[in-house]
Amino acid sequence: MHIDHLLAGILRAGAAVAALVMLLILFFLLYESWPVLTELSVFRFVTDTSWHPLERAYNLMPMLSGTLLASMGALMLAVPLGMASALFIVFFAPTHLATLYGRLIELLAGIPSVVFGFWGLTTLVPLINEWHPPGASLLAGILVLTLMILPMITLTAYTALAAVPEELFRNAAALGLSRWGMISGVALPAARTGITAGIILAAARALGETMAVLMVAGNVVQYPESIFDPIRTLAANIALEMAYAMGDHRAVLFVSGLLLMLLVMALSAVAGLLEKHHHA
Amino acid sequence: MNANQGAFTLGPLEAGPACCVPQPVVQVKNLSLQYDGKMALDNVTLDIYKGCITALIGPSGCGKTSFLSAINRLTDLIPGCGVSGQILVNNRDIHHASSQVQVLRRQIGMVFQKPTPFPLSIRRNIALPLNEHGITQKAEVAAVTEQVLRDVGLWDEVHDRLDVSALSLSGGQQQRLCIARALALKPEILLMDEPCSALDPIASGVVEDLISRLQGRYTIVIVTHNLAQARRIANYAAFFWVREHAGQLVEFGRCQHIFESPSHELTAAYVNGSRG
Repeated sequence: MHIDHLLAGILRAGAAVAALVMLLILFFLLYESWPVLTELSVFRFVTDTSWHPLERAYNLMPMLSGTLLASMGALMLAVPLGMASALFIVFFAPTHLATLYGRLIELLAGIPSVVFGFWGLTTLVPLINEWHPPGASLLAGILVLTLMILPMITLTAYTALAAVPEELFRNAAALGLSRWGMISGVALPAARTGITAGIILAAARALGETMAVLMVAGNVVQYPESIFDPIRTLAANIALEMAYAMGDHRAVLFVSGLLLMLLVMALSAVAGLLEKHHHA
Repeated sequence: MNANQGAFTLGPLEAGPACCVPQPVVQVKNLSLQYDGKMALDNVTLDIYKGCITALIGPSGCGKTSFLSAINRLTDLIPGCGVSGQILVNNRDIHHASSQVQVLRRQIGMVFQKPTPFPLSIRRNIALPLNEHGITQKAEVAAVTEQVLRDVGLWDEVHDRLDVSALSLSGGQQQRLCIARALALKPEILLMDEPCSALDPIASGVVEDLISRLQGRYTIVIVTHNLAQARRIANYAAFFWVREHAGQLVEFGRCQHIFESPSHELTAAYVNGSRG
């Protein structure tokens, strides 16, 4: 039918635009970072003494490790908390409490990152400072990131668990499974794909989050020796230096953008592999 | 329960004693069931006999499925569902404080209309309920898995791919897996809620043959809309009808009696196809 062709055309065009934007961004990043990728050796991003762009020292590794440590720390806290919250809403909370709690989590998801940063800067950092100076630290970054990705993990896990068909629970109950047996044996495996997707999205968000981390993490370029040391992430570095960077310095900032993008792509590739492996 | 164990353990199906004796295993007394105060099943009294297949027949909405769900207390899961009356399984009141629902459901297996294997591997589908009931030794789980898959005729079809997802099986295979999963817990009673109605005719025939082979080894209560099927496999039949929106038991008796010389005119009209 004519209308079907029209609809298919529109959908195809939409999909093409989305893919094109993605490719353009990648192309743009490559184009802008091309001068340093060709002129300097890629190894200089690993072997240079440190990050002193004005003296042409471009080691990205301390900031890469800062990015990874902050994101992994946040995931280690947010995944168990988010899963517990989602399980609570779906299986344990009375209906009215579940609704209220769900609304709260949605609200948390809607808070702009700069507000989290502001709260972190004025409340969290002084608190950590009292405990273990200086306060602005990897720990502060982890805690702020945790709060930001927690609602994402909770909401996706909640949606995936709520979509598990009722029949599965009836079948499980008819086999005499306990509530925990149903959850661990049936509901979690059935919802696994959605839960994993949520965690990947949250990880990508944590890797790329700029403002809130920039405001609380101290932004010292170094390998942290403890969670109380300040760190600088790749994303924060771009935001801090883009305004005045020129020439090679500017191009290296695009390289760090490219690196972030590659990290996220690697993450989704790993998720895809895990999925395939499970189904094989 | 111990006295019955000899008669009800799993083994090659052919070797089982094909017995159907008029000795009640389940006694339902004055069972009424309400959903949010609306009567769905009105005062049903019925005995289910040991080793026999009892078919529940009647039009849609006459409470057959509700009746079935009350026996293993699956009605507990439905919000707003009220059950009154008494159900005795082996002379024990299933609603008594000392009755544990998980133990009851191990004793009474259930198979639903829509084949619903868990989204896990074939092997795990059977291992999960076993593990849950404390059977965790690998060798034992593997032995039970093979036995029940043989019992439902699935072993030869799937023994070399037990680790693939159960969802990759055909509808008929999925339903037989669900039956195997229920059999793994060595239940005494099997409740079946239209187990063939979602299957194609060939798969339906396979499952029907399986059910009649289970007769004698398990006490089976089956809801079916297929009167010919009820006639082929059941020893007893119970005819339900709707009066004032509530299901009632009209007539219960030997299958032959219900289909050939029913005492109630509603039953006669229904089995002849002139009512319902």
